[in-house]
Amino acid sequence: MTAGAARAGDGRRPWTFYLLGALFAAYLLFLYGPMLVIYVLSFQGENGGVTFPMVGTSLTWFAQIFEPGQMANIPVAFGRSVALASVVSLLTVVFAVAAGLGFRRRFPGSGVVFYLAVASLVMPSLLVGFGIGLGFRFLGWDASLFTSALGAQLTWTLPFGLFAMFAVVNRFNRAWEEAATDLGASAWQRLRHVTLPILLPGIIGVAMGAFTLSYDEYARTTLTIGPLNTLPLEIYALISSATSPTLFAIGTLTTVGSFLIIGATLLWAMRLQRRRGTAAPHEG
Amino acid sequence: MNVRPFGSARPDGFGAVARVLPRLALPPLPAWAVSWLQVGPLAAILLLLFALPTLLFLVVSFFDYDRVGIYPAFLLDNYAELLTTPATLRVYVSSLKFAAIVWALTLVIGFGVAHFLVFHVRSPVLRTIFFLLCAIPFWTSGIIRTIAWIPFLGRNGAFNQMLMATGLTDRPLEFLLFSDFAVIITYVHLFTLLMIGPIANSLAKIDPALIEAARDAGASRWQTLVGVIIPLAKTGIALGSILVFTQVMGDYFVVKTMSGGQSASIVSLLSTEIQAMQYPPAAANAMVLVVFVAVMVGFMMRVVDVRKELVK
Repeated sequence: MTAGAARAGDGRRPWTFYLLGALFAAYLLFLYGPMLVIYVLSFQGENGGVTFPMVGTSLTWFAQIFEPGQMANIPVAFGRSVALASVVSLLTVVFAVAAGLGFRRRFPGSGVVFYLAVASLVMPSLLVGFGIGLGFRFLGWDASLFTSALGAQLTWTLPFGLFAMFAVVNRFNRAWEEAATDLGASAWQRLRHVTLPILLPGIIGVAMGAFTLSYDEYARTTLTIGPLNTLPLEIYALISSATSPTLFAIGTLTTVGSFLIIGATLLWAMRLQRRRGTAAPHEG
Repeated sequence: MNVRPFGSARPDGFGAVARVLPRLALPPLPAWAVSWLQVGPLAAILLLLFALPTLLFLVVSFFDYDRVGIYPAFLLDNYAELLTTPATLRVYVSSLKFAAIVWALTLVIGFGVAHFLVFHVRSPVLRTIFFLLCAIPFWTSGIIRTIAWIPFLGRNGAFNQMLMATGLTDRPLEFLLFSDFAVIITYVHLFTLLMIGPIANSLAKIDPALIEAARDAGASRWQTLVGVIIPLAKTGIALGSILVFTQVMGDYFVVKTMSGGQSASIVSLLSTEIQAMQYPPAAANAMVLVVFVAVMVGFMMRVVDVRKELVK
């Protein structure tokens, strides 16, 4: 605290601030540059293509997203992706949070589970789908959204969730739990009223991360999905068949949606923070 | 919805359960058993859906096959064929080259950005907003973010237009798209966040007093960076490196799309075999890749004991 205050106190920024600030600005430009191009191109005129120049402007490509086409049905695939990502996110939170708490003590076999998670995380994605697809074929089962595809995605989101939980749990001070026990809390009360509320921001992070990983996943899913595509696979199919600015329109809509969701979440979190701030003394 | 379990006066079901639980109290479990109950579901899922399928394609890699089906056997032919084809060595060298270049670029950019966000941005709100700005593009499909580079880098693309408008060049640059350059740019675009996240997490744990102490003891900025900050951030650097490396080695879409068919990756060869239903050679190919990635990751984890740092 004092170090930070002292640094803030002298007010002058070191030259590294400007250097790294410039790097950060350049990185954002690099990140959003090509995105800006697709935002512009998604308003391409009806006769235009996927590259410049623009041939007039139109909303045709946005309208196309919502029309079930010959090969693609974007809204339905989007629904499937959201449903799958929600289930993946929920399961990841439950299992990864539990495991993260379990890893706080050394137990026989902890090393094996740790390296199993590392191996599952670094396994080339397509190979996971390949293995599960082969397994289903040998058992004579049909691959589908909530069996094989769900399983393939969990091999990726669970290790991610576990590693994120390590970071969250490391910052957790066990003295809080000891204090709760000393004050007579049962194990359940301690978990419900002390441990989980303190870990909540990290848990929300795990949920959002798992949702994102699942929503955007195609390499694991492609060999395990069965006949009904998720959104990324539908997009993949669209690219291989014919490229049109519809793809860019999807990108534009996704970004607008992301900003709205994140904005709403931030506002909600800030309100929650404020209410907690005023409510805390009464609970004491 | 006005359920009052066990006659609880409060509509708070948790409180009621909690008050009942001590009555059913079992003898306390030993600590290791509690841990196994907590870790068990995750371990079971990974065993069933990751370890078992991997064993399965290890077995299949020794199988015989023809155009109709695959037959149980113990043949080394699939491996022999794979390891004697010059194409194999070529894609491994090419993938390793991409991995090395992309690793170096994402490391420098990722470390710089993480350092800026953690140590230089003083307002927590602004820091959160900056982090979100880095993360939001990742909600757009990786496929769309990959092809977004095509109209940007193309012959008549935005970048060439800019170069010509500013007079830096009078002809459009041809090497920008459908080349190794395009592949690398796309990888860096897709994967730098994987570096920023773990490194920022490591940096945020460093006590600012340590840095101040190094300065007070007369260390230059460079010495503080090399002697204090980087050693304390090595877990994040190792994790980020592992993630970026394995993503590049496992890619098949970016290489296929952005190299214009000039380069192949290990997995793109493999996916061709899978599409042709040649499962045994595909499985052999997969096994070699798995062993290769495992050795490389094992080496990285040797350099930094990630486990000791993560699980305290």
